[in-house]
Amino acid sequence: MAKVIFNHQACKGCGLCVSVCPKHIIALSHEELNEKGYAPAECTDEAACIVCGFCATICPDMAIEIIEE
Amino acid sequence: MAKECRRPKALTDTPFHYCPGCTHGIVHRLVAEAIDHLGIREKTVGIAPVGCAVFAYNYFNTDMLEAAHGRAPAVATGMKRVRPDNIVFTYQGDGDLSSIGCAEITHAANRGENITVIFINNAVYGMTGGQMAPTTLLGQVTTTSPYGRDPKDSGYPLHMAELLATTRGAAYIERVSAHDVPHIRKAGQAIEKAFRYQMEGKGFSMIEVLSTCPTNWGMTPVQAMQWVKDEMVAQYPLGVYKDLGEKEA
Ligand SMILES: Cc1ncc(C[n+]2csc(CCOP(=O)(O)OP(=O)(O)O)c2C)c(N)n1
Ligand code: SF4
Ligand code: SF4
Ligand code: SF4
Repeated sequence: MAKVIFNHQACKGCGLCVSVCPKHIIALSHEELNEKGYAPAECTDEAACIVCGFCATICPDMAIEIIEE
Repeated sequence: MAKECRRPKALTDTPFHYCPGCTHGIVHRLVAEAIDHLGIREKTVGIAPVGCAVFAYNYFNTDMLEAAHGRAPAVATGMKRVRPDNIVFTYQGDGDLSSIGCAEITHAANRGENITVIFINNAVYGMTGGQMAPTTLLGQVTTTSPYGRDPKDSGYPLHMAELLATTRGAAYIERVSAHDVPHIRKAGQAIEKAFRYQMEGKGFSMIEVLSTCPTNWGMTPVQAMQWVKDEMVAQYPLGVYKDLGEKEA
């Protein structure tokens, strides 16, 4: 099974992934800022993810990886 | 379902210094993926520009050189002629390529140098604070066109893809955009083709990528992508402007 992994420390909170997710399951987490001080993106419902890869394609900082498990 | 998607080998582990949401990062990844896919990392030499991408030599895991502002095509010419077995690319912004370096890029194309040029058109000088570039849209407000670009003072947006396609030396010229997922994928294919043409000895290729500068445009990254779609694509039509195809250069 392929899986989407969000690397919080690499994220700059730009919101591009949030804007392209067809399932609307990505949000910026303002509760815990990362080391750079950005609100990192996270998946709010992993079970709903269809692993379309849109988020990884648009992320400018490669904070999102898709891996085979 | 998407394929595996991990950091390409042709990028180092160094995090990009680019502003949040800047498309420079996306295009770096596309270039690196093309290099990985073609298996040319060990023989590729990149030429970094002056502009926000000045640190490209820290990011691409290939041999890299740094050129003076706009002179990357001249440096690439020397590199490729001395080491024709290497794959040589330049990565240049619109201030770098279409303003101060307009002579170098035009003559490199006209001479049909067998190099690959990645041209980032974000309609401003990003690094120095968002000044008007030759590519700035009519009416666009920048720090040096506070009332909007007026063609009576500063001429019209310069269309580099169309211009270079008129040179007999050019083999492949395409304008693509990085504003959404389908266009990013298409841009990746064009970039890979441009590298492949160099491997096949076809001659000069340039991929112009419509890009964002959310910081200097005063927009969020999402708004900036929408602005490319609504405003830039209208004034800079996407498509192939020249392609020698399978014909000999
Ligand atoms: C010879 C010279 N002239 C001017 C500059 C100042 N300068 C640095 S970056 C830049 C413009 C870069 O803009 P662009 O090529 O569009 O790249 P971006 O920063 O938007 O990616 C200028 C004019 C310089 N470094 N060297
Ligand atoms: S892979 Fe697709 S569905 Fe899953 S989080 Fe990313 S954009 Fe959303
Ligand atoms: S696109 Fe990348 S950097 Fe931007 S918010 Fe999403 S994960 Fe973070
Ligand atoms: S100033 Fe503009 S072009 Fe430069 S890194 Fe920031 S957003 Fe990108």
